[in-house]
Amino acid sequence: MRRGRTKKPEHASRKMQNTSSRRPGLIALIKNYFLRHMQVMFYSIGQLSRTPFSSLMTSAVIGIALALPSAFFTLLDNVQTLSLGWDGNAQISLFMKYNVSNSDAQKLATKLRMRQEVKLTRFISREQALEEFRTHSGFGDVLDVLEKNPLPAVIVVVPATTLDTPDQIETLLTSLKNIPEVDLAQLDLEWVKRLHALLETAQRGITILAVLLGLSVLLVVGNTIRLGIENRRDEIVITKLIGATNRFIRRPFLYTGIWYGLIGGLLAWSAVFTTMMLLKAPVNRLADLYYSQFTLSLPGLENALLLVFSGALLGLAGSWIAVGRHLQDIEPT
Amino acid sequence: MILFENVSKTYPGSHEALSNVSFHLHRGDMAFLTGHSGAGKSTLLKLIALIERTTRGQILIGGQNLAGVTKRKIPYFRRNIGIIFQDHRLLLDRTVFDNVALPLIIAGLDYREITRKVRAALDKVNLLNKEKQLPATLSTGEQQRVGIARAVVNKPPVLLADEPTGNLDPELSEEIMKMFEQFNQVGVTVLIASHDLELIKRMQHRTLVLGKGKLIAQFPEEDS
Repeated sequence: MRRGRTKKPEHASRKMQNTSSRRPGLIALIKNYFLRHMQVMFYSIGQLSRTPFSSLMTSAVIGIALALPSAFFTLLDNVQTLSLGWDGNAQISLFMKYNVSNSDAQKLATKLRMRQEVKLTRFISREQALEEFRTHSGFGDVLDVLEKNPLPAVIVVVPATTLDTPDQIETLLTSLKNIPEVDLAQLDLEWVKRLHALLETAQRGITILAVLLGLSVLLVVGNTIRLGIENRRDEIVITKLIGATNRFIRRPFLYTGIWYGLIGGLLAWSAVFTTMMLLKAPVNRLADLYYSQFTLSLPGLENALLLVFSGALLGLAGSWIAVGRHLQDIEPT
Repeated sequence: MILFENVSKTYPGSHEALSNVSFHLHRGDMAFLTGHSGAGKSTLLKLIALIERTTRGQILIGGQNLAGVTKRKIPYFRRNIGIIFQDHRLLLDRTVFDNVALPLIIAGLDYREITRKVRAALDKVNLLNKEKQLPATLSTGEQQRVGIARAVVNKPPVLLADEPTGNLDPELSEEIMKMFEQFNQVGVTVLIASHDLELIKRMQHRTLVLGKGKLIAQFPEEDS
């Protein structure tokens, strides 16, 4: 494509060219192409380093814009791992109907254990229940007054670990409720549901924030590149006069955009990493107070790569927009 | 090499800058373009460099009709024309070497060849010892010579110059003109716009005189 486009005018011009230069081979052409890109790459970073302060400012704006959603996502990830811990504790208490005998209930417990979605069951006979109640509740004396044991047998069902969403647990719960012997099935799942809903809301919110901040990165890069183009208006005119294609003129600006984004991404990552490092100690102390094994996990390498890559991509897109809009307007007069 | 056939150029909302101009410069010709300011000299050069398009008539450069050069092809077309400006138009933040190398970099030559050609061009304008300097550290005459080196480094078959000696004293002007003659002697077609009539007379080359957009005189008369 690239070659094809340049070829035609070369043919047309050959008629008037009195000195025909040696035609380089394909490999040499490809080599030259990459070499030229490398040159532009280093040239553009050289340009940036000439004005280190303003370059860093632009990158820092990008960095902060990327760091905000990234930090939120990392925190959200952490909270999500925290909420995953609930499934070990989730258990459903099945209160048998009063007329169900201990032995029938025991049989039911054994039957339930066979089910795939059940990890284990624990049978509590009516007598055991009474005993437990007596020791734990402090109403032992009151129970002595009663002639009969008022407590039903209970089967405690622990769901299999494969059920990890509230919905799946809910399904199990309803199926257990429908067993004829069961009077009442109880599960305190409300907090899990609420937490999940909260996390989903947060995730949606942060995604929107990320999109908005991503847009702002586009605008920041676009505007910076636009200023760069304005500052180099004369240079662009001159290079156009001596035969530069738009592609040639565009290239350093695109690389500049990539550098801004890339450095912004790096800054963002270091900001997120520092934030997490600073939060780690207090969070661990907090977790200790709740007897939790939870520790804040730091963003990993793939997180860093993602940030740098998306920064570079946004930088490229932003400069592309600016270049596309403004380079066309600059023509020699 | 440069053929104008009944060329007219009207700028939008303005008078006719060129009207019905016809002439023919052969390959290897050297000619001056003169006339009062506003006579259309710059417009004529701009039409050749495709900075402007003709309103009527046609221009053929090296047998190629400029009407057929699309916007996308203009950069490639311009690589066959060396242009020298009155204000030299150098990139001030780059060295003499880098300025002269620019057309070759644009053309995508490899580094060794660029170095060789830039040195050769700088040698021709006697600036080989200043290749590492920035344009601002050079005298006006030297800056103009850098501009010339940049225009010829790619060995274009056509060389255009717009008032190349406008800012120079007579001695320097003469020196610059001698350089153009040297390029002309190796087969480059040279067209120089100038209002320095004294100089033009001394040089004794073909001269096109423009007046109010019309070609009012040619010395010597075109024989074709």
